[in-house]
Amino acid sequence: MANTSGRVLGVNGNMVTVEFDSAIAKNEVGYIHVGDDRLKGEVIRINGNTAALQVFEMTGGIKVGDSVEFTSEMLSVALGPGLLQQIYDGLQNPLPELAQQCGFFLQRGVYLDAIPNNNWEFTPVAKVGDTLRPGDTFGTVPEGLFTHQIMIPFNLADVDWKITSINEKGTYGVRDHICTVEDPKGNKKELSMIFTWPVKKAIKLYEERLRPDETLVTKIRIIDTFLPVAKGGTYCTPGPFGAGKTVLQHMTSRNADVDIVIIAACGERAGEVVEVLKEFPELTDPKTGRSLMERTIIICNTSSMPVASREASVYTAVTMAEYYRQMGLNVLLLADSTSRWAQAMREMSGRLEEIPGEEAFPAYLESRIAEFYERAGKVRLKDGRIGSVTIGGTVSPAGGNFEEPVTQATLKVVGAFHGLSRERSDARKYPAIHPLTSWSKYEGIIKKDKVEFARQILLRGNEINQMMKVVGEEGTSVDDYIIYQKSELIDAFYLQQNSFDPVDASVPVERQRHTFDILFKVLASEFNLEDKKSVRSFFNTLRQKFLDWNNVEWESERFKQLETEIETLFMGKQSGVDPDAKKLI
Amino acid sequence: MQKVYSKIESIVGNVITVRAKGVSNSELAIVTSNNTQGYANVIKLDDDLVSLQVFSGGQGVSTGDQVRFLGVPMRVSYTENLMGRVFDGTGSPRDNGPSLTDNMIDIGGPSVNPAKRIIPRNMIRTGIPMIDVFNTLVESQKLPIFSVSGEPYNQLLARIAMQAEVDLIVLGGMGLKYDDYLFFKDTLENSGAMSRTIMFIHTASDPTVECMLVPDMALAVAERFAQDGKKVLVLLSDMTNFADAMKEMAITMDQVPSNRGYPGDLYSSLASRYEKAVDFEGAGSLTILAVTTMPGDDVTHPVPDNTGYITEGQYYLKGGRIEPFGSLSRLKQQVNKDTRDDHRALMDGMIKLYASYKESLEKKSMGFMMTEWDDKLLKYGRLFEEKLMDLSVNIPLEEALDLGWEILSDCFDPNETGLKSDLILSRWPKKMID
Ligand SMILES: Nc1ncnc2c1ncn2[C@@H]1O[C@H](COP(=O)(O)OP(=O)(O)OP(=O)(O)O)[C@@H](O)[C@H]1O
Ligand SMILES: [Mg+2]
Repeated sequence: MANTSGRVLGVNGNMVTVEFDSAIAKNEVGYIHVGDDRLKGEVIRINGNTAALQVFEMTGGIKVGDSVEFTSEMLSVALGPGLLQQIYDGLQNPLPELAQQCGFFLQRGVYLDAIPNNNWEFTPVAKVGDTLRPGDTFGTVPEGLFTHQIMIPFNLADVDWKITSINEKGTYGVRDHICTVEDPKGNKKELSMIFTWPVKKAIKLYEERLRPDETLVTKIRIIDTFLPVAKGGTYCTPGPFGAGKTVLQHMTSRNADVDIVIIAACGERAGEVVEVLKEFPELTDPKTGRSLMERTIIICNTSSMPVASREASVYTAVTMAEYYRQMGLNVLLLADSTSRWAQAMREMSGRLEEIPGEEAFPAYLESRIAEFYERAGKVRLKDGRIGSVTIGGTVSPAGGNFEEPVTQATLKVVGAFHGLSRERSDARKYPAIHPLTSWSKYEGIIKKDKVEFARQILLRGNEINQMMKVVGEEGTSVDDYIIYQKSELIDAFYLQQNSFDPVDASVPVERQRHTFDILFKVLASEFNLEDKKSVRSFFNTLRQKFLDWNNVEWESERFKQLETEIETLFMGKQSGVDPDAKKLI
Repeated sequence: MQKVYSKIESIVGNVITVRAKGVSNSELAIVTSNNTQGYANVIKLDDDLVSLQVFSGGQGVSTGDQVRFLGVPMRVSYTENLMGRVFDGTGSPRDNGPSLTDNMIDIGGPSVNPAKRIIPRNMIRTGIPMIDVFNTLVESQKLPIFSVSGEPYNQLLARIAMQAEVDLIVLGGMGLKYDDYLFFKDTLENSGAMSRTIMFIHTASDPTVECMLVPDMALAVAERFAQDGKKVLVLLSDMTNFADAMKEMAITMDQVPSNRGYPGDLYSSLASRYEKAVDFEGAGSLTILAVTTMPGDDVTHPVPDNTGYITEGQYYLKGGRIEPFGSLSRLKQQVNKDTRDDHRALMDGMIKLYASYKESLEKKSMGFMMTEWDDKLLKYGRLFEEKLMDLSVNIPLEEALDLGWEILSDCFDPNETGLKSDLILSRWPKKMID
C-alpha cells in the first residue's frame, strides 16, 4: 500500500496546511520536502482533504506546492535496551550523536536512530510453542543496573502470539531478529529488541492500578516529612522565576529513591541541562555505587528549540517512563516546565484559530494536563510485579500568580502541591516551598499527628509574627513569643536545607526521623523563661546548636556530642510538657 | 528570472498581501514605490496569497507598488569591515560608510546543540562591587538590567561594556532615544572602543518593523565572531521596545493576545534571542547584557516577567543603585568559588546583615524602640549603601572585599556577623582585634 502524499497549501509560523489525496489519520507523521531537507510534522487537524501539520522544525523556505509524504505512523518513540544514559531532544533525536554529525548547531531535517546499535547479552525466557501476549517477556538483557525485559511489542494485536522460533542465549545486535511469533491466523512477525509506541497513547498493559501508598523519599526534609511524594503519585512545583524550581528538581533527580529518573527539560534554559549533563556522569549514586547517569534519561527540548517538539517532549518522556515501569521498576519523571508545554499548545491553538479560553489557552488545556498526569501511577503487572511512574512537574505562572490556568488545572489533578514563595526565596530560605499553603495527600515518613503538631506551631508562629509587625515585640506576651521562637526554630533547622552543603544536601530517612524527634521534644516543652530577652537568647543558642548539627556527619562522634549538648540545653530550661504532645512521644 | 508582482491586495498596518506563486516562507522581497525602495519579508503563505511585513512600515505603500521576491531570507554581511560601523535594523549603513554585501549570512539561525555547550567558567570583571562581589557576571551569561524608566540604565550598560575585557562589542539599539544613541557613540569613541564595536541602531523615530530585526542582526553577527574565537559582548537596549514591536505586529495579524495584548509566543521569541548566549568550546563566547524597562515599575508586567523566566538572573536598578534584593546572578556560583576564599561567605553574610538592617529601618519608621543591635545595623546599612552600593564606586573585586571587612569591623563585633571563625581570624582587620 502506497502512503498518502500531499502538497503544501499554506504556511503560518510552524503550522503548515496540506492538501492530501487519500486517507490520513490524526497525529500521523508527515514529512515536507524542502529542497534536500525532509521536515517532520504531525497532523493535528483534518478538514475535508486539507490537513494542518504542526512542523517540528523552523519553516523558513517552505513553498506552496512543496510535496508532503505521509507515513501512516503516529508520532512514536523507539523502545528497547540502550535508552538509559541517553540525551534526546523532544522527538527522541540523540543530541550527542547529532552534534557529532552536525557540529555546534542543530540542523533541521536530520533524524537519527534513537537507540544506539549496541550488542546485548540476550537470555531467552520463553521457548518455541509458548503463547504470549503484548507486554509479556520473552527474554532479558542486562542493561547497566537492571535486567531489561525484552517484551512482545505493545503495539501488536492483543491476541495470543505463539513463538515459532527464538534465538538461544548469546550476544545479538539490538536490531537483529531474535524471535518469531505467529498469531492465531498464522500471520508471522519477526521481532528484535526494539519496537515503537505512539507517544500520545498511554501504555495500559497492566493488571490493575494501585493506590500510591509508599513514600518516595527525596531526602529533602520539608518534602519527606511535611509534604511527601508517593511512588506512583503526582506533584507540582509552581513558583515565580528564580524561586528555586529547577534547583529543587535537580536535587530530587540526584537523591530520589527510585530506579530510574527521566528529566524532561521542556522549554527552559539549555545551560541548566548542561549542568546535569556534565555533573551526573561524575556523581555516584549512593544506593548503587554507580554513576548517576546510569539510571538517568534526559529529554531536552530547551526554549530556543522548535516549539512543536517541545509540545511532544513531555509525551516522549512519559512513554519511556511507562516502558520501564512495565519491567517492574519505579520511575520518576521530572518535567521542567509544564507551563512551557502548555504555552506550546497555546501557540498552536492560536494558529489553528481555535476559540481561545482564559489567557488565550485552548479550551482543552485542562483535559490535556489531566491526561498527562493520569499517566502516572503504581500498577500491578500481569506477572505480579509492581512498577510505578511518578510525575513531578514545575509550573511557571505568569507574574508568579498561582491564579492562572496552568497552575489551577494542575492543582486539580495532582496529589501534592509544593508552592514556592517569592518571599522565602528573596530571604534565601531554601528550598522556598511555602510550608503553610502547600499540601500533600500522601503518607510521609513520620507519624501524621506529630507532623500536624509541628505544623500547628508553624501556623501559630506565623500569626504571632504578623501581630508583632503591628504591635511590636513590646505588645506580645512571653508565651506567644516562645511559640514564635519555636516556629522559627522549625523553619531554620528543619524546613530550610542547604543544597550546596555536602552533608545537609541529602538527609536519609533515619536521620530525618531521629532529628525530628529531638526537635519535637523541644516543641512539646514548656519553658521556664521569664522575659523575652531571655527567650531570645535561649533560642538563639539552641538554634545555633541545631544548625551546626545539620552540617555534621550522621552518627559521627560530633553528631552525638551535639545531640547531648542540645538535650542538656533545653532540658535545663524545661518546666513541663504539653499534655497533647506527651501522648505522641 | 525574478518575477515582479504589481498587484498588492491589502495593506493593513505594516503588513501587505500580494498574490504570487513560488514564494517561500521567510523570503525577502523588495517593495518599490515611485522612487523609494524598501525591504519586506514573507510571514505567511495561504495558497497564492502572500503576507509580507514591510520593514519601513505600511505608511505610504500603494496598491500600485511593485514587489520583487529575492529568493533568499533576511541576511547580513559578516566581515571584519563591520567593525566601527553603524547600521540600521535592516543592515543598511547609518553612518556615511559604504553598504556591505560580502559574505552574507542568515539571521535568526538554529540554536546551539545543548550537548555541545560547556559550563560557564570565566568571571567578567566590571569594577562595580554590587556586581563583582554580590552578583558576579560570567562570560556567556544572558542577563538583563530591570529598570524603572528614568534610571541611568544605558549609562550602566555602557560602563560595564567599557570595563569588561572583551574583544568585541555589538550594540543593538531598539527604540533608542536619539540622545541615547549619541551617548553610546560618544562614550565608545572617547574610550577608543569604537574600532571594536558594531552597532545596529533603531531609534524611536524609525519604523517599528526594523526594531524587531535588530536583535537578530546583532546576534547573528556576534555569533559568527564568537565562533571565530572572539569574546563578544552584545548589548541590547531596550528589549521592552522589541516586545512592544512584536505586540504591534501580532495585533496587525489578528493574533489572539495572551496577556495584556502580548502574543502567546512572547516567551519563545525572547528565549530564542537570549539563548544565543554561549561559550563555544575551543572558540570564543557570546555574552548578552540587555535592558528591560519595567512599565509602571511592575516586575510582573509580561515583558520583565517572561524575561526573568529566560535569563540567568537580573540586575534590578532602582534609585540609581543595583538593589541587592531582586538582583540575582544565577551563574555566580560557577566562578565565585575560585576568586578569593572569603568571597562567598562575605557575600552571603553581608546580604543577610543588610536584610536585618532593612528590618530595623522598618521598625524605626513604625516608631518602635531601637535596641543597641538595631543601632549597629542602621550604621552598617548606611555605610554599605554609601561605600558599596553607590554606582560611582569603581574598585576591583579584591578591594571591594577588603572594604567589606572594613565596614563590618566598623560596625560589629566579630561574633555578631554570623561568619565562620576561621575566616574572621584570617580576614578581620587587625586594628579591631587588640
Ligand atoms: N536550594 C537552594 N539552595 C541555594 N540556592 C538556591 C536554591 N534554590 C535556588 N537557589 C538560587 O536561586 C537561583 C534560581 O533557582 P532556580 O534556577 O532553581 O529557579 P527557578 O524557580 O527554576 O527559576 P525559573 O522559573 O526562572 O527557571 C539559583 O541559581 C540559586 O542561586
Ligand atoms: Mg528553572
